[in-house]
Parts: sequence; C-alpha cells; structure tokens
Amino acid sequence: MSNPILLIIQREFLSRVRKKTFLLVTLIGPLAFAALMVVPALFASASEDTKQIIVLDEPSILLPHEGKEQYVLEYLDPRENDLELAKELLRDSQYDALLYIPSGENWDPDFIKNNILLFGQEDPSLEMQGYLDYLLEEQINKAKLLKNGVDPEVVAQIKTNVTIKSFTLGEEGTDEQSAVPIKMALGYITGLLVYIFIFFYSVQVMRGVMEEKNSRIVEVIISSVRPYQLMMGKILGVGLVGVAQFIIWIGLSGILYTVISTYLFPELFAAQSAADAAGNPAADAVGLKVLDMLRSIDFTTVTLGFAFYFFGGYFLYSALFAAVGSAVDQEADTQQFMLPVTIPMILAFVTAQNVILEPNGTFAFWMSMIPLTSPITMMVRLPFGIPLWEVFLSGGILVGTFFTVVGLAGKIYRVGILMYGKKVTWKELFKWLKY
Amino acid sequence: MITAKKVSKEYSAKIALDGVDLSIPKGSIYGLLGPNGAGKTSFIRIMNQITAPDKGEVYFGSELLQPRDIARIGYLPEERGLYKKMKVGEQVLYLARLKGLTTNEAKGKAKEWFERLEMSGWWDKKVEDLSKGMAQKVQFVTTVLHEPELLIFDEPFTGFDPINTNLIKEEIQRLNENGATVIFSTHRMESVEEICNHIGLIDNGKVMIEGNLLDIRKHYKDGTFAFTTRTAFSDWGPHEVLSQKEDHMGYRTVLKSTEFPKELVITLSEKEALVAFEEVLPTVSDIFIEIIKNGPKPWNHE
Repeated sequence: MSNPILLIIQREFLSRVRKKTFLLVTLIGPLAFAALMVVPALFASASEDTKQIIVLDEPSILLPHEGKEQYVLEYLDPRENDLELAKELLRDSQYDALLYIPSGENWDPDFIKNNILLFGQEDPSLEMQGYLDYLLEEQINKAKLLKNGVDPEVVAQIKTNVTIKSFTLGEEGTDEQSAVPIKMALGYITGLLVYIFIFFYSVQVMRGVMEEKNSRIVEVIISSVRPYQLMMGKILGVGLVGVAQFIIWIGLSGILYTVISTYLFPELFAAQSAADAAGNPAADAVGLKVLDMLRSIDFTTVTLGFAFYFFGGYFLYSALFAAVGSAVDQEADTQQFMLPVTIPMILAFVTAQNVILEPNGTFAFWMSMIPLTSPITMMVRLPFGIPLWEVFLSGGILVGTFFTVVGLAGKIYRVGILMYGKKVTWKELFKWLKY
Repeated sequence: MITAKKVSKEYSAKIALDGVDLSIPKGSIYGLLGPNGAGKTSFIRIMNQITAPDKGEVYFGSELLQPRDIARIGYLPEERGLYKKMKVGEQVLYLARLKGLTTNEAKGKAKEWFERLEMSGWWDKKVEDLSKGMAQKVQFVTTVLHEPELLIFDEPFTGFDPINTNLIKEEIQRLNENGATVIFSTHRMESVEEICNHIGLIDNGKVMIEGNLLDIRKHYKDGTFAFTTRTAFSDWGPHEVLSQKEDHMGYRTVLKSTEFPKELVITLSEKEALVAFEEVLPTVSDIFIEIIKNGPKPWNHE
C-alpha cells in the first residue's frame, strides 16, 4: 500500500501546478523581474525633453551659467525687464519656466536666497527645482565667501571627503573588507522573499482546507487517512508547489536576463555601464571593490539559512493557517483569527530596517529567536555574519515550535473540519484542543 | 461484524454516546436509527476511526478495531461531497488509492462500476459540471469501489432523487447478497424498514433496543388486526376500532383486540364478506414512540 501522505502530496501538487493561474504567475514573475531590470535602463537611455528656462537674474549670481543639456538657461537683461514683463514673456512663449532672482536693496545673499521665485507653464518638476536649488546654493555660497574675503578656490581645496574602509575581523587574521550596503540589500531581499513565500503559500493551505471543508469531501477523506496526515500532506504539497515555482522563477529570470542583455538590447546595457563609468570616475574601482566585498559574505550560511527559514517559517505558518481554515466556513470569517497570526510576521518585516541598522543588537537578537518572527529577521541578519550558536538556537526554537504548533493545529483541524454552520470563537478553539 | 462494548463519547457540552452496546451481525443490513442528535453520527465516526471513544471498545470481527481496518470499510457520510475542480475519473482513482488500491486495480474496478451505473461518458468531466444526481452516483461508486466488507451509509437517502434512491437501494442489496455487511443510519425510520433486517434504536446516546427487526416488531405487537371486507361493516363487537377506510380491495378496518379475534374471522368468513385479514405489526416509528413514552418492553424469554 502506498503511503497516503505521498498520495495527498501528489494530488495537492498536481492540482495546483496544472491550474492556469499557476502557469500565469510562474511566467509573469520572471517577466516582471526582467521588466524591473530593463525599464530603468530604458528610461535612463531615453533622451528626455529639454526644458528651457528663462532667468531674470538681477544680482547676476548665476550668469553666465548655461545650465545643462536637460535644463537650458537663457537670461533676460535685467535692465530692460522686470518680473511682470518676464511673466508676460513666459505666458506667450515656448519657454517652460521662469526663474526670478531678485537683487534686493544691497545684494545681500541672505535676502536673495529667501526670495528666489520659480514660475512654470505647468507645475515645475521636483527635479528641475532640485537642480536649480543646487546651482543657486553653489553660486550663493561663492558670493558669500567672496563677500567675506575668502577665496572659493581655497575652500574647495580644504574641503575633505572621508571614506572609511571598514573590515570585519576574520578568524585567522584574514580581515575581510565589510560590505554593508550589499549585506543590507541581500538581507532585505532574502527577508522579503521569505515573507512573501510564507504569506502566499500559507494562505493557499488555508484556502485548500476551506475548499475541502466547504465541498464536504473532507469526511470521506478522513475516513481513509488520519486528519493529521491530510493536513501534513496538504502543507507539504503546497510547499512543493512553492519550491517548484521558485526554481522556475530563478531559471526563467536568468534566461530572460541573458536574452535581454545580450540579444535584445545589448547596446542599452553597454551604454548604461559606460554611462556609469563616465559619470563616476571611480566606477571601475567600485566594480572591483564589489567583488571584494562579495567575497566577505558567507554565502553558504546565507543559502542554507535561506532554505531553512524559507521552509521552517512556511511550515509553522501554514500549520497555523490550516487550523484557521478548518475552524471557519467562509473566508470572511478568517479575519479575526488571521490577524493575531500575521501580526508577528508583519512586525518582523516592518522592523527589518531597524535590524539592518544594528544587526547584532538586542532587538535583532530577540526578534530572531521568537519563532514567529525569526524566519524574516534572521534572514535580514544572516549576511552580516552572526555567531553560529545564535543561528542554531533560533533554528532549534523554530523547529521545536513547529512540532508543538503542528500538534495543536492538528487538534483544532481535526475538530474544525467536521464543524459546520457555527461561528467559532477563540474560546471554542481552546476547548477543541482538549477534545 | 462490529461489536461495540460500553462505548462512551463526550464532547465539552454534551454526552454523545453513553455506554453504547451494539452488535452488528455479519451479512446483515443494519438500520442504525434514532432522532437527530441521538449519537448515530458519533458512533459512525468511531467505527470509521475519525474519532476515538473516551471509554469502551469497538471490535471489527473478533479483533479490536485497527487503523488498517479503514480499507475494509466504505463510508458515505451525511455531509458528502467531491473536489469540484477535479475530474471524475481522477477523483475516483484518488479516493480508491487512499483506501489502499493500486492504480490499476482502481482503474479496472472503476470502469466496471461506471459501465454498470451507465456513467461511462463521465470519466473526464469535471465534478462541477455534473448534476446533483450524477455527483451522487459518483459518491456512491467511491464508497463501494474498494469492495469493503462493511458499508456505512449516513442518511443515505436525503438529497438523492427517487430514481437514484431506487438504483442505489438495489445495488446495496446486491452487495449485501455478495457478502457485504451494510449499516444504514437515518432518522427517517420508515425509509429503511423494508430493507433492513436488523436495527438498533438510539436516543440521547443510549441504545433503546437492538436486534432482528422482525423479532422486535413481533415483540412489540399490541393486538392490532386489520380486516378487509367486501362491503362496509359496522358490528365489531367489543373491539376498539382504530381506523376505517375504503381501499382498492374493499373496506379496511383496523382494530385492537386483547386476544386473537377468532370469532370475528369466522363470522365474516361465513358471510363471505372477508377479503383479507392480517395481524398488524407496529412500525419502527411506533415502537420508538412507545419506548420513549413507556420505556423498553422487557423480553420475557418464554
């Protein structure tokens, strides 16, 4: 006799994988991912409209700055124009905006900086404002320095940029250059993936339980297998769907990225990296540095941790969600039970930023010990390299909690799936534990 | 086939079964009867090992009920359904394999049943595309496919249309003739009277009476006799007349008599007025009501 759990896993897996929605989500995922990579590149390469700005520069602070490719500055003669005339001119012209810099009475830079006005045919964009702010600040700074008898050249020489190279003390004297930004990104992305996976597939388990309950098939099934087997089979089957989807996503995304970057828009990607290099003289050095930094991350731990917390978190939450699904008749009734179950996870996700800022702090430590938050918090922490005993402790707590919760959820499930037409309360759920 | 000894089951608020002793003979068609909430479904779930009793034991044959016995039982619950999105054939195979059949065994048997019940064209249909009656047939097939020794039907005829009801009654009788023990559970006592040969009456979690249906009915007979006469007849002597009505054979009069109404039979026969005469045995519902009112009638073993 074949193991009934295997049969259940098989059915749960196949019935989901064969659905059109699975195909759709599985294909759309990588497409969206590819779009995420291509669209910004497209935007960056698309030449944007040039905005023409007329400037009425009474104190001649900006003159003769011509702006840049995107924002061309053209000056009006302040002796022949005033603000009203300039506004008239803007109204009847093709110009996009008017920048008015008043001189005030004695050309006091502090007066000037507070009274600069910008008028647009449409609302001036934030980017345009930002650019003009930057230009004006620079010029007004210079003007102030000159006014105080300081040579701006000297100031420019004095100005110092400090770049600290940070290292993590290695075990055998091989200090590793730390890679905080990359670690942050890695922690955040893996945490996010775990969060999405847990949520998405746990809810599927809950829906599956409700489907069996509502279609009234469940009593037939549990006269052949133990309720516990049905629940576990469902959790494992749905989890397997998640794994399959994840693997397909990674594979397809890789293929898509390669196709797009090498065949469809090769010039686009080349241009982008060239632009990066040109815009930032240190780009090459940065590239090398990134490689160096990547080496400092313990990818084995991160990968293993990802797999562990990915599944551990999913198992824990899907058991809880299965219990919720068994207790209710309609999806609308799930709210009161779902909320307390999901709050810890949302909390873990929201506090990821705090954890990133201090990955070895007390808060981060406790969040990565509590099993309802640890799958996400721990993923955020892992790239930063944390003591192994913490990982094992957190993993052990998660596994232990999983077995406890599955036992309890199984009890609720066993009673709940045969309970129809009853609005269940928390009190009742606790009673079911004793049945 | 099934022997329950002092089986009790308590839920937080109420006692579902209270020291139930039942024995379901091998090869019988057994009616598990009682009003709603009497504990029938609780007992059935214990037989199916969906729940376990708090106290007492259940024997399957001569041995205690074991997990592997599940494959020997076919169960059609009161709350029954199918996976709506699954195809009929796949579903039947899946449920059969859960009962321990191999795919090939299940396929062979399913084909047989599908032909037998004229369902051959349904194999690739989705359940949601079936009519209610069609779905009921599929449910029936999934219950019997693995050729269980014990078949349990909980309220089998609620929701079935008359044609299916008859078809399924016939099939169940055939399975019974081939050796299967059948348990019917229902609160509609009259609906199983004609096919059951054993009954157990449950009320409030207790067994009120159990045994061979005919024996029980005989035991509860209360001196009710029915005369069918050619013409209306009014002189019934000292006997209490319960009802009188005209039917296809003449005039049927039901009366009560403390002893066998020999004189009446002779008188009417001599007048050539008597078409039919019978002793009326109480129906199961009559017996149930009697027991609820006056308690079980002791068996005096003559």
